[in-house]
Amino acid sequence: MIIKDRQIVPDDWTVLRLAENELPQDVVVAAGKIIVPLSVWLAQRETLKLRSDLGIWLNTDDRPETLQEDVALFQVIAVNFPKFGDGRGYSIAYLLRERLGFGGELRAIGDVLRDQMFYMQRVGFNAFAPRADRDINEALKSLGDFSEVYQGSVVQKLPLYRRVQRGEARA
Amino acid sequence: MYQHDQFDHQIAAERVAQFRDQVRRRLSGELKEDEFRVLRLQNGLYMQIHAYMFRIAAPYGLISSNQLHKLAHIARKYDRGYGHFTTRQNIQFNWIKLQDAPDILAELASVEMHANQTSGSCIRTVTSDEYAGVAQDEIIDPRPFAEIIRQWSTFHPEFAYLPRKFKFAITGATNDRAATTVNDVGLTVIKNEQGEMGFRVRVGGGLGRTPIIGAVINEFVPWQDILTYSESILRIYNQYGRRDNLYKARIKILVKALGIEEFKRQVEADWAFTRGGPATLTQQELDRVSAFFVAPDYETLSSRDEVVEAYRSENKAFSNWVQRNVKAHKVPGYASVVLSLKKTGVAPGDATAEQMDAAAELADRFSFGELRISHTQNLVLADVRQTDLIELWKSAKALGLATPNIGLLTDIITCPGGDFCTLANARSIPLSKAIAQRFDDIDFMHDIGEIDLNLSGCVNACAHHHVGHIGVLGVDKEGKEYYQISLGGAQGNDSAIGKIIGRSFTFAQVPEVISRLLQTYVRVRFDDERFIDTVRRVGLDPFKADVYGTPIEEDSRWLGVDYDLLKVGVPYDTPYYSPRF
Repeated sequence: MIIKDRQIVPDDWTVLRLAENELPQDVVVAAGKIIVPLSVWLAQRETLKLRSDLGIWLNTDDRPETLQEDVALFQVIAVNFPKFGDGRGYSIAYLLRERLGFGGELRAIGDVLRDQMFYMQRVGFNAFAPRADRDINEALKSLGDFSEVYQGSVVQKLPLYRRVQRGEARA
Repeated sequence: MYQHDQFDHQIAAERVAQFRDQVRRRLSGELKEDEFRVLRLQNGLYMQIHAYMFRIAAPYGLISSNQLHKLAHIARKYDRGYGHFTTRQNIQFNWIKLQDAPDILAELASVEMHANQTSGSCIRTVTSDEYAGVAQDEIIDPRPFAEIIRQWSTFHPEFAYLPRKFKFAITGATNDRAATTVNDVGLTVIKNEQGEMGFRVRVGGGLGRTPIIGAVINEFVPWQDILTYSESILRIYNQYGRRDNLYKARIKILVKALGIEEFKRQVEADWAFTRGGPATLTQQELDRVSAFFVAPDYETLSSRDEVVEAYRSENKAFSNWVQRNVKAHKVPGYASVVLSLKKTGVAPGDATAEQMDAAAELADRFSFGELRISHTQNLVLADVRQTDLIELWKSAKALGLATPNIGLLTDIITCPGGDFCTLANARSIPLSKAIAQRFDDIDFMHDIGEIDLNLSGCVNACAHHHVGHIGVLGVDKEGKEYYQISLGGAQGNDSAIGKIIGRSFTFAQVPEVISRLLQTYVRVRFDDERFIDTVRRVGLDPFKADVYGTPIEEDSRWLGVDYDLLKVGVPYDTPYYSPRF
């Protein structure tokens, strides 16, 4: 199960992770809905781009601009958080949404914990695969931790003062 | 000052609820310490030697009397009756229980305070000039921008998990009292030739293990663009700052590695996408926030108060205090007054709950109910009528807050050091007490004149030892504490990183080392030449010759202090209490 668009739904995608000795050009990409690493996409682009059921995942040291020409080909782009404290994934998500115009499912995978998910959703993630050892129902609640935000980002582009009547100084 | 509206209150309440739940999950074991750590840090909660330490934000150093009363209350109810004011213009409590932290946050929220992002690898509390709005050399009051930056950086979703901490400092005056050269981003409000307002933006300054003076990335960023520009700096840093080595993770290392030109190119390439976008500041918003910082109702007064002048000439103690602790004000007949938290025998920057309450009352009586926390760890009453100086002095004196030493030798900037901090290599507070005790002679201090003595217990440089005229740094040699001395550091417009004079010293030698440095100064100085100017003129050699020329005796009063006692909290004689579970 994953969280998608604020609902807990079954996950019909498989995430392909390369084993230690596997090479991106050699790995066999199984049929069906599959999310492949960027390296596999780059190595097997010509054959993979014929598939309609393909997703791709980026690690935090991958560059989203690599997909400049390709984003429209994917139903899902996932960003892998090797550790929850690695914040590069937030800027990757921002760039995918804002600069590359990716409109499909943007999914956080890896060390995904509820306490980071509110921020993740603001930079454009709409799907989350919380770590398997945690309660997904609890994780879902955290998306509502705050009802207002000060600054703009991907979701809620306008800063607070441009959206509401802020308080004025009392004389 | 800024007053929270319904949205600020709502966000603050939701933050308290969020953290309360996180603490609950930590206490139940659901959250592992490794996972909880980043959450508590972003709420200002450190785990120190004896207990949790809570760092409360005082954005840009400004607090109301009401807020200070609340801090006094927290000190009494949840701590041990005192607090510690820091170089980041914040206040820290040293003896906090984790279970109490959510309640403390709720108490703070009731007076529009919080502990957001006072720690952790995120955008930290913005700091500014403690004389903002009242300084004679001010071009533009930086506080509205500081508040705008506070709101923009609060819970910024993209930059909550940076490679390392990230600090903004902002000034609007010609003399930089906000250390803009040694912050990750230093903003100086300026006007260009067309009279338009903007910022000179410095980036990559910092102290710590690799002290660097920040480089100017852009000489003039229009004020409307300051948030989009800052965002681009952070976006480049977030992606490319090093995450493999804690000591190389600050933005200064990235800027140094790329070179300022290449870093600027990358930042401005990113900025090209957002410039003029929705994050662009509007005149309306600047006006709204600026309205919170309009000048109080000053009276029309003469710039010279004859009664005060007469009292000065007959009372030397008062005269000393006026000379050191009273600062010029832009409005005739007013002054800013520094309440010294550097009384000899007291831990520098510490104030008791009673002193906090009393200082808050002084603010109500004499300074429109507001105070500032200075980065030199003192309190400032910014708007005092000169007519009130005598009465204020008498009251402050009775409270132990009128030591006439601001900017002098015993106005030592000190971190908590080895007595509290898990990072420290050496004790800071007892050594600064020892130094203050040795030179506790007001005439001698006034003769030595302006001197910045900064004492850090480790290389993280919380006491900014690199920019002290005399810097003292605690180092660890085979499990024993030693102190390295540097000379010639400076903050402000002529910022400089001090140079180490040679091999390090024991705790009991340091006061004598300081004494020898001062003797050299007294011998070679010209007339009214300040210590730092003498160091710059003659260089380090005469000082080194005097310090290392003959063996340095250890002051026997400090010899008996057993370093191992650190582990049980020497200075406050308290039972050992571990927060670790």
